[in-house]
Amino acid sequence: MAAALGLNGLIALFVSAILFSIGVIGVLLRRNAIIVFMCIELMLNAANLSLVAFARMHGIEGQIFVFFVMAVAAAEAAVGLAIIIAIFRHYEVVDLDRFRLLKW
Amino acid sequence: MSFQPVLPWLILALPLLGAAVNGAGAFLWRDDKRIPTIVGPAALLGSFAVVLVNFIAMSGADLHGAEVVSLWNWIVSGDLRIGVDLQFDQLSMLMCMIVTGVGSLIHIYSVGYMRDDPGYSRYFSYLNLFVFFMLVLVLGASFPLMFVGWEGVGLCSYLLIGFWYENRDYANAGKKAFIMNRIGDAGFLVAMFLVFVAFGTLDFIPVLAAADGTLAYGGALVTGITLLLFLGCTGKSAQIPLHTWLPDAMAGPTPVSALIHAATMVTAGVYLIARTSVLFALSPVSQGVVAAVGAGTALFAASIAIRQYDIKKVLAYSTISQLGYMFLAVGIGAFTAGVFHLMTHAFFKALLFLGAGAVIHAVHHAWAHGDEHGDGDGHGDPNDMRNYGGLRKFMPRTFVFMWVATLAIAGVPPLAGFFSKDEIIWYSGAYGYPILWGVALATALLTAVYMARLMVMTFHGGNRTFGHEGAAEAGRKLHEVPAVMWAPLAVLAVLSVVGGWANIPEALPLLPTVEWLHHWLEPVFAPAIAVKEAHGFAPEYRSPVGGGEALWAVISAAIAIAAVVGTVRVLSPKPVPTEAEAVAPTGFARVLHDKWYVDELYDRAIVRPSLALWRACWRIVDAGIIDGAVNGAGRAARLLGWAGGQLQTGRVTTYLVAFMLGALLVLGVLS
Repeated sequence: MAAALGLNGLIALFVSAILFSIGVIGVLLRRNAIIVFMCIELMLNAANLSLVAFARMHGIEGQIFVFFVMAVAAAEAAVGLAIIIAIFRHYEVVDLDRFRLLKW
Repeated sequence: MSFQPVLPWLILALPLLGAAVNGAGAFLWRDDKRIPTIVGPAALLGSFAVVLVNFIAMSGADLHGAEVVSLWNWIVSGDLRIGVDLQFDQLSMLMCMIVTGVGSLIHIYSVGYMRDDPGYSRYFSYLNLFVFFMLVLVLGASFPLMFVGWEGVGLCSYLLIGFWYENRDYANAGKKAFIMNRIGDAGFLVAMFLVFVAFGTLDFIPVLAAADGTLAYGGALVTGITLLLFLGCTGKSAQIPLHTWLPDAMAGPTPVSALIHAATMVTAGVYLIARTSVLFALSPVSQGVVAAVGAGTALFAASIAIRQYDIKKVLAYSTISQLGYMFLAVGIGAFTAGVFHLMTHAFFKALLFLGAGAVIHAVHHAWAHGDEHGDGDGHGDPNDMRNYGGLRKFMPRTFVFMWVATLAIAGVPPLAGFFSKDEIIWYSGAYGYPILWGVALATALLTAVYMARLMVMTFHGGNRTFGHEGAAEAGRKLHEVPAVMWAPLAVLAVLSVVGGWANIPEALPLLPTVEWLHHWLEPVFAPAIAVKEAHGFAPEYRSPVGGGEALWAVISAAIAIAAVVGTVRVLSPKPVPTEAEAVAPTGFARVLHDKWYVDELYDRAIVRPSLALWRACWRIVDAGIIDGAVNGAGRAARLLGWAGGQLQTGRVTTYLVAFMLGALLVLGVLS
């Protein structure tokens, strides 16, 4: 597998893994909704990066996939940001620990 | 000429139709008394007419065995076929005559007695239904069909005892009768199963025909069957040990006591033994048990009757005692004598009850007359003989009819009871049972005494209805009952005189009808007598202390007359305290007054332990274990839900951690 990917491809996968881990940790640990949101974007793009890297090995489909993901991510970002803005307008904070309505 | 039943289904259909019409009337035209007044008695009179036609046709025909009319199949399963079959033979026709004949008179009487009752239509519905079931019992050609009638009359008895169900005691009396009867019915059922096991069929004719060959004489199986059948009889016919329901059954309207608890239903046990006479003839042990229980009950109940003050209770214990005579008769094998006494007893005991009802009716109305509420409350118990006295002046017709019935039951010749009872006493001696003979004679003496006491307390002496000094008020308010009530009494009084002439003993050939009933029933009982004779039954026909039938008939008549005259002469001059002044009896009189404490014994030995057991079942098993399991399941589910709820913190981060751990787990498993 390493041979087909080449050194650059391998590096890209490592970077993707690091980015994804950063994203996960950010989502789990941070309380600010904007930061959490950014970390989710980070995880998405980590996935994109590994898709592009694997495209070297399997052909162009991986890169096409990435375009789709970017388009969906843009739409998701618009909805997510809109929700965060709505929350902020109501409560004037975006601290996730303050929102515990999903209880029982 | 052979016998063909004429319109047999109509005998049953008319009372059933009457019950249906009156039952509908109880809801649809509650206040209109014209329809039940016509339909109730008419249904019975119509049925009686059909029975009469058949009876005449049968007496003109030469019928051996029975004519069975098959209406339709009821249960067909494998080899078993139980049909709705009606059996017409001499015994069932005689019973039908009694049931519909006496029943008709009592229906007519009820028109007067129940006139002011709000449940008038309902009453006639129950009464018609009772007669229907009684006829099913009598005419049923198989054990199960008879059992249907057997249960049906029990149901109607329950409904009519508790007819005034607003009164808790009356409703309880109904329940008591029903439960006591169920104990006996269980015996009947088990006997029926045993009969099926032994014979493979439940129809009377094949079972009785095959009995002698199939079952060993005196064997365990036939003894078991007959003893279980007899258990059913003790329940239905109020014999020891299941007799206690009958006195309580007096809670019902008095015509009901006359029809169900004197003339017809309670004699069903005697009829059952007469119907299955061959089975009983095959088991000397069962015969002995039946005879001993019958004689014991006769003496026991008569002793209680001597010390009762409630007129209906006296008659109730008298009925138990007379039923004991009938069981004594069928027990020793004198089946005809038992059925004969059943017939005469139906006449004079119905007359006694209806006469008592007339007295109760008159006293109740005297108290209610000019009363503020018109219900006669606040005076006392209209059934209590201490509130009567001197009614001869006010109710001359009832007085005469009641004396006729009293002399009949006491065994004074030439009235009905003399012939039938004397026959039982004679045969119990002649068939070689000296102890039972002595008991029967003693009971005859007691019978005369308690009946004469009833008459003296009710009709003789001074009137006590309005206290000792209330003669003037009584004169204004106490009246003879209307014709619709005394006319049936007159008919029954005639029957109480001539009923006994149906079976004049050979030893006293006073009339041409010598042994008529005996010859009439001979085809029915001949197989049983043949079985007994084949196994060494050869009576000497002499009393235990010597002397023939004619001599002992004269002696027992003399005993009865002496007892009646003596009781009247001893009791008449004695002042009777009113109900209010009464003092509690002491000593042995108290034991008799309290009915030998049998009810108390049952209460302590059976009712209370049962209640304690059931209360324990309720408290421990039901409330503790069963409810505990159900409530525990609910509590466990709630606890589980609460624990699960604690996982729902509402914090997004918690969910995400769980989500991530889950994803890692899935990845770990997959890779």
